[in-house]
Parts: sequence; structure tokens; C-alpha cells
Amino acid sequence: MKNFILNRYKNNKRHYRLIFKSSLFLAPSYLGVLIFFVIPFMVVIYYSMIENPISGSFVAFENFVKVVGNNAFMKAVRNTAKFSAIAVPLAVVLSLALAVVLDSRIPLKSQMRTFFLSPMMVPVASIVLIWQVLFHYNGVINEFLQVFGADKIDWFKSEHAQIIIILLFLWKNLGYNMILFMAALGSIPKDLIEVAKLENAGNFFIFFSIKLRYLSSTILFVTIMSLINSFKVFREIYLLTGDYPYDTIYMLQHFMNNKFKSLDYQMLSAAAILMSIVMVILVAIMFAVEDRYGRDIEG
Amino acid sequence: MKKVIGFVGYLFKTVVMLSIALVFLMPIVLTITNSFMGTAEISSNYGVVFQTTQSGAKTFIAETVNLKFIPDMVSFSQYVTVLFKSPDYLLKFWNSAILVVPIVLFQLLVASFAAYGFSRHMGRWRKFIFFVYIILMLMPYQVTLVPNYLVAKWMGTLNSYLSIWLPGIFSPFAVYMLAKFMRRIPTSIIEAAKIDGAGEFKIYSQICMPICTGALFSVAMLVFIDYWNMVEQPLILLTDEEKYPLSIFLSRINSGEVGLAFAVATIYMVPGLLLFLYGEDYLVEGITNQGGVKG
Repeated sequence: MKNFILNRYKNNKRHYRLIFKSSLFLAPSYLGVLIFFVIPFMVVIYYSMIENPISGSFVAFENFVKVVGNNAFMKAVRNTAKFSAIAVPLAVVLSLALAVVLDSRIPLKSQMRTFFLSPMMVPVASIVLIWQVLFHYNGVINEFLQVFGADKIDWFKSEHAQIIIILLFLWKNLGYNMILFMAALGSIPKDLIEVAKLENAGNFFIFFSIKLRYLSSTILFVTIMSLINSFKVFREIYLLTGDYPYDTIYMLQHFMNNKFKSLDYQMLSAAAILMSIVMVILVAIMFAVEDRYGRDIEG
Repeated sequence: MKKVIGFVGYLFKTVVMLSIALVFLMPIVLTITNSFMGTAEISSNYGVVFQTTQSGAKTFIAETVNLKFIPDMVSFSQYVTVLFKSPDYLLKFWNSAILVVPIVLFQLLVASFAAYGFSRHMGRWRKFIFFVYIILMLMPYQVTLVPNYLVAKWMGTLNSYLSIWLPGIFSPFAVYMLAKFMRRIPTSIIEAAKIDGAGEFKIYSQICMPICTGALFSVAMLVFIDYWNMVEQPLILLTDEEKYPLSIFLSRINSGEVGLAFAVATIYMVPGLLLFLYGEDYLVEGITNQGGVKG
């Protein structure tokens, strides 16, 4: 086969040899991704459209209707959506603010960068204890609140549980986002800013009209990464509150775990497909927005 | 006057940033300092947090939680117990290491091959495949765990570490990162090596890898911390709790040996923190390299 190709395209011999040889390097990864992700994902699509694996009768979208009609699933979707809708914008805006300040004239820059980045390299499981101590009903935060005359809050077993999770999420992710923004801020052409300053542009104008446009692709990336990480927040919730969290922090992963326990493949598959579709749509929307906003810069 | 305002702003900015930075550091520092408390001190300070599992017999438990920065008496007794007297924790730590280290090493190996392949030639088809890799990378665990579970069931690897190793090793994350880096290696270097008679494998191992050492290390750190943190996969793919990594086990420590918890937590932090202290610059470089999906 190889010889055949080489003879037929003698002119392109080198080109095809390169493709062939580099394919050898790609083969292990292709094979693994195919076996462990792509093929089973096809099966998941198949499973989501049949009644059960034994009979295999085709029911089209019945499973999807069942999932969407499931109370637990909808609760998980609502909670996850609410969490992401609050935590992701906060993570983007706050980390951008940190990056802008650290980018300006300030002492101890590199030490502060280290401080902000360190939570990222610490496993959540290790600091969960301290969070439990801080937010305990008789804990430090509540005592602090009482000093100002506020009532004690049962942090883990009330509507406030989401606040703790958001704080933990921000604590863990701000440093990472901040690094991305600092790199992007550093790559904005200096002379552009100088010219703007010479023309008497204010700091606000420089930030919103010049810097933000250069940052648009980084904002997109940070938003996508924060979104992905916001789906991972189950870890924090599980480690903090165990198998049975308060209602408002019952996330999609909790739902999936329960379905894994009952081995309800149809539910699982339909839920997974729905989630992946939503994920792709969200990312596509973000790309489209960035494409419009940052067009004149990248060209 | 303008100068004075500028200086006040500078001072204000510094103070605010410093205090935020310290708040960020606090949970880590507190965990470490508290690990040097004796058992009695811990249960008198934090006993109430874990009260649900402790009988009311212990009257010395205070009503409120006393958060302490520095223990009254520095004691290494917790560490002695963890390291020498109760092997359970060390076993779980070992589980974590056994789970994570092969994934990091082999994912890097497979990914460095693949990234080299992508960097040597990127036709229409490969662009499409690379796009598929990116889509896969963006999928949350809630989605990828279902296919992972199915494969493990077919292969009969449920409840064995293989069910976590194999999808981890072929995860597209490192491929994406390394491919982005390798694309920047000037082709002139590779052409020059070719003229000197080097084969593709030689170019990969003798030229590409040495250039990529920093990138490899930074990707290794990101992969390591992601899997060191793992919770979702063992919960679903392993049924035998004996096999769980320390990350899950730590959250269940409440029932009983509260005193040890901080020491175990600190030990669990050490590998990540050491990597961070040694390779912060690599990490920053790796994150920076990650930016911009379009690349």
C-alpha cells in the first residue's frame, strides 16, 4: 500500500511520506481517543434513543422527554445554571480587575502572583476542613457577623450554601484567570497606549476602548475555562457536604451519580447528550460574540 | 497635589491587594499551622464542628469554634500517628499516587507523540480531528463519564484502576497544549536536521523534546493537579472503597480521628505545593501558552 501511494504520486513523494510518518506518531492518540471517547460516545447517542439495551427498540426522543420531565434533573439544571451564571462572570470580572491592578505600578508583584496562584495547586480535599471550620454554625464567620449585629447563618444548610461554593470556586480559579489576563495585558502594544495618553485620553477610555478590545480573545478563553471549571464544582460540594447536599447545591453531577447507582443507561445517555449539546451551543455563542467584537483587532 | 493623590492611590492599592492576597493564602496557612496541634487542643477548638459523630461525653468541647493561627503547643504527634501508627492514611496516599503518576507520565508520552504528528503536518482532515479533540477537552465530566463507564464495563475493568488510567492517558488535554507549543518551533531547525540525515523519530526525540522540556513540565503540573484532585471518577468507576484515593477519604475523616485530619490534609498538599514552589514559572508559562483557543 505504501509503495503504491509513493509510485503513483512520485512528485509528491516527500509530502506523502511526511503524512505517513507523522501518522505513525498520531496513531496511539487517535486509537485511544477513538476507543475511549468517540466510539462509546456514539453508543451513548444510540442508547439515548432506544427503550432499553436488551430489546433495542427505537423510541426516538422519548428518553429526552423523560429526562427533561424529571424533577431531580430539572432541579440540578436550575442549580447548575444559576451557579454558573453567577460564578463565571464574577470569576472573569474579578480576575481581570486583579490583573489590571497587578499590571500597574505596585510593589511585591511576583509575591502576590504566587499568593493568588497557590490555591490552584492545592487539592480541594485538603482545605475543605478549614472551610468547614470557618463556616460552621458556631464558626468564625458567624461570630464575625454577630459583631455587626447580624444573625447567625446556617451556611451549609440554607440558601447560603451556594455563596460558600461560589467563594470556594473564586478562591480556586481567580489566580489562573488572572495569569491569563496578565499575559494578555502584557502583549498589548505599548506605543498604542502612549499615543492615547499623548492625545489626553483618560484611564477609563484607555481601558474600555483600547485594552478591552485587545483582551477580547482572552476574555473568551477565560470565560470558557471558567465555565468548564464551574461544571467541576461538584468536587468541592461533595467534599464539603457529602452525598446529600442542601437542595440549592444539588448539581448535575449529583443527578448523574444517582443514575449511575441505579444503572439507568437511558437516562444517563439522554442527560449526557443534552449536556454536550448545551455545552457546544454555549461555546459556539461565545465564539460568535468574540468574532464580532474583536474582529478589527485580529485581522 | 496631584502627586499626593497619586501616592495615596498607590498606597491604597497596595494595602487592598496585599490583604486580598493574604486572604487567599489563609486557608492553606491555617491548615498547615493547625496540623501541629495536639489532639486535645484540636478537639477543644474544633470539636464542635465534628460533634455529630462524637458522643456528648467529652465535656471539654467548647460551644464555639476557636480558630487559631498558631497552636498553643507545637506538637508533631499527629504526624507521628499518621506516618507510623495508622497505616490507613498512607495506604490511601499511595492509592492516590498509583492512580495519578501513570496517568501523568503516559498522557505526556502519548500526547507528545501526537502533538509532534500534528505539528509536522496539518491538513484539512487533521484540522478537523484537532477540532474534535478540542470539543472533547471542553466536555465536563458529567458527559465523559458515561462513555468511560460503558468502555470500562465492556472491557471488564470496572472497579480496577485501569478504568481510570486508560481514559486519563488518552485524554486530549495534553495533546492540545503541546500541539500549540510545538507549532511554534521553527521549521528551519527541523529541515536542517533532516538535511543532516535525521529520521522523524530522531527529530522528535533529539530536537523537539529538549526544546519542549519546559512545556512538558508545565503540562505535567496541570494534569497532575487535576487528577490529584479527582473525585468524580473513583466515585463512579470504583466500587471498592479500599481503592479510593485520599481526596475522597479525607472528606470522610470526620467520623473519628479529627485530630489527624489536618496533618493528613497537609501531607496531601505537599506534592502539589512542592511542584508549585519548584515550577511556578513553568506553570505560569504553561497557563499563558494555553490562552486563546483559536491559537
